[in-house]
Amino acid sequence: MDTALLIEKSILVLLLFLVSLGAAAYMTYFERKLAAWIQDRVGPDRAGPFGILQPIADGVKMFLKEDFIPAKADKWLFIIGPGIAMFTALITSAVIPWGPKLHLFGRDITLQVADINIGILYVFGVISIGVYGIMIGGWASNNKYSLYGAIRASSQMISYELAMGVSAITIVLLSGSLSLNDIVAQQSGVWNIVYQPVAFLIFFICALAELNRAPFDLPECESELVGGYHTEYSSMKLGLYLFAEYTSMFVSSAIMSILFFGGYNFPGMSHFSGNTLAILGIAAFAIKIFLFIFVIMWIRWTIPRFRFDQLMHLGWKSLLPLSLINLLVTGLVIAFKNGWF
Amino acid sequence: MSLQIISIILGSLTLASALMVVLSKHPVRSVIYLVITFFFITAMYIMMNAQFLAIVNMIVYAGAIMVLFLFVLMLLNLNKEVEPMNTRGAQLAAFIAGGSLFLVLITALKDTLILGQTYRQQDNNIGLVKELGNLLFSKYIVAFELTSILFIAAMVGAILLAKREKQIIE
Repeated sequence: MDTALLIEKSILVLLLFLVSLGAAAYMTYFERKLAAWIQDRVGPDRAGPFGILQPIADGVKMFLKEDFIPAKADKWLFIIGPGIAMFTALITSAVIPWGPKLHLFGRDITLQVADINIGILYVFGVISIGVYGIMIGGWASNNKYSLYGAIRASSQMISYELAMGVSAITIVLLSGSLSLNDIVAQQSGVWNIVYQPVAFLIFFICALAELNRAPFDLPECESELVGGYHTEYSSMKLGLYLFAEYTSMFVSSAIMSILFFGGYNFPGMSHFSGNTLAILGIAAFAIKIFLFIFVIMWIRWTIPRFRFDQLMHLGWKSLLPLSLINLLVTGLVIAFKNGWF
Repeated sequence: MSLQIISIILGSLTLASALMVVLSKHPVRSVIYLVITFFFITAMYIMMNAQFLAIVNMIVYAGAIMVLFLFVLMLLNLNKEVEPMNTRGAQLAAFIAGGSLFLVLITALKDTLILGQTYRQQDNNIGLVKELGNLLFSKYIVAFELTSILFIAAMVGAILLAKREKQIIE
C-alpha cells in the first residue's frame, strides 16, 4: 500500500466522521424546527439567529450534566452500551460511495473508504450487530423499563431485518452485484425505484423500524416505558444514544438513496465530466439524503405510534410475505428476460 | 511474514476470548465474550480473503444467533443463588463430555494442518461470492439443497411446537 493512498483514505475517514457527527447534530435542530412548523409553533430561536447555535448549546449541556451510574447497574456493560451504539452507527458509512471519482493533485480519488465486493452485506452485518448497543445498555441499567425497552428493540430489529434483507436481495438480483459501487454505477440511466417500487416501500418501512423512529419507536416510547432503554442514562452517555440514532438516520438515508434512487446519479449527468461531475454528484447525493431525512421526520410528527402486537403482525404477516412475493416475481421476470423459458 | 505475525496475534486473541467465555462467571458476559470471539474469527476469514464467509459469519453468528442467546439469558436473569445445575456430578459430566469433544476435534484437525499449508498455492479468490456461488450451485448442489430441506424441516418443527398449545385451548 502506498503512502498517498493511506493519507487519502485517512482524510476521507476523518471527513466522514466529522460530516456524520455534524449532520447528526444539525438534524436535531432541523427536527425541532420541523416539529415546530408542523405543530404551528416557533421552535428553538434563542441561541444565535434562528436558534442556529442550539445543537452546540445542547452538546455543551450534555457534556456538563452529571454522569450518573445506578448502584445496581452492571458498570462495565453500562459504559460500553452507548459506545457500541455509536460505533455501529458510524462504521456503516465506510462502504458508501459518496460521489464519482475526484481528480486532485494528479490522483484519482475514489470517494468511498472501502470498495469491498460485498458492500451491501457489510451494511446488513453492521445492522445486525447494532442491536447490541441497545440490548446491553438496557440490560445493564438493571431497571425494568430499560429491560422492556431493550427486549422490544431487539425483537423489533430482528423481525424487520428479514423483510429488509429480502427486499435488498431483489436489488442484488437486478444489478447482479453486491458491491454498492456497482449498484450505483448501474443506475446512471434508470433508477431502481422504477423497477422496484414495492421493494422500496418495504425497505423504507423496515428502515424506520430499524432506526426505532416513530411510528415504530416502541423501545423508547415515553408513555409506557418512561424513557425505554435509556431511562437510567444521563449526560453524554444519553447523548451518545440519541446521537447514534440520528447518525444511523443519516446513514440509512444514504443507503436508501443508493439502493433505490441512484446514489450520486442525477438526470443529465452526461453533460458534465471531471471534477464538476464529482461535485454535482456529491450535491445530488446530499439533496437525496436530505429529502429522505425530511420524510422520516415528517412521518414522525404525523403518524401515531403502533401498538407492539400490531408492529409484529405488520412485520411478519404483511411485509415479509410481500417481500418474498416481490422477490419471486423479480426472479421470474429476470429468468424470462434471460430466455430460460 | 507480517501475515504470519497477524495470524498469531489474532489466533491468541481468539483463544483468549474463547477461554473467557468459559471462565467468566457471569452468563451475560460470557455471551459477550462469545460475540467477540466470533468477531476475531470474522477477522481471520477476511485475512484469507474470504469476504463473503466473513460477513455471513458476522450476520448469522455474531448478529442473529448471539442476539437470541443474549435475549434468553437476559430474561432468565441467572445468578449464583438460582443456578440450577452446579453439583459435583454435573461438573464431572461436563468435564468428561467437553474433554471427549476436545479429543475428537484434535484427532480430526491433526491431518488438516498439512492441508492448510497448501492453501496458499490455490486460487486466492476462492472465498469471494462469485466463486462460492459457482461451487455451491454446481459441484455441491446436492449437499446445498439437502441442507436447505433440513432447514425447512427445522422451521416447520419450530412452528409446530409453537402452535401446539393453541390447539389444545381450542
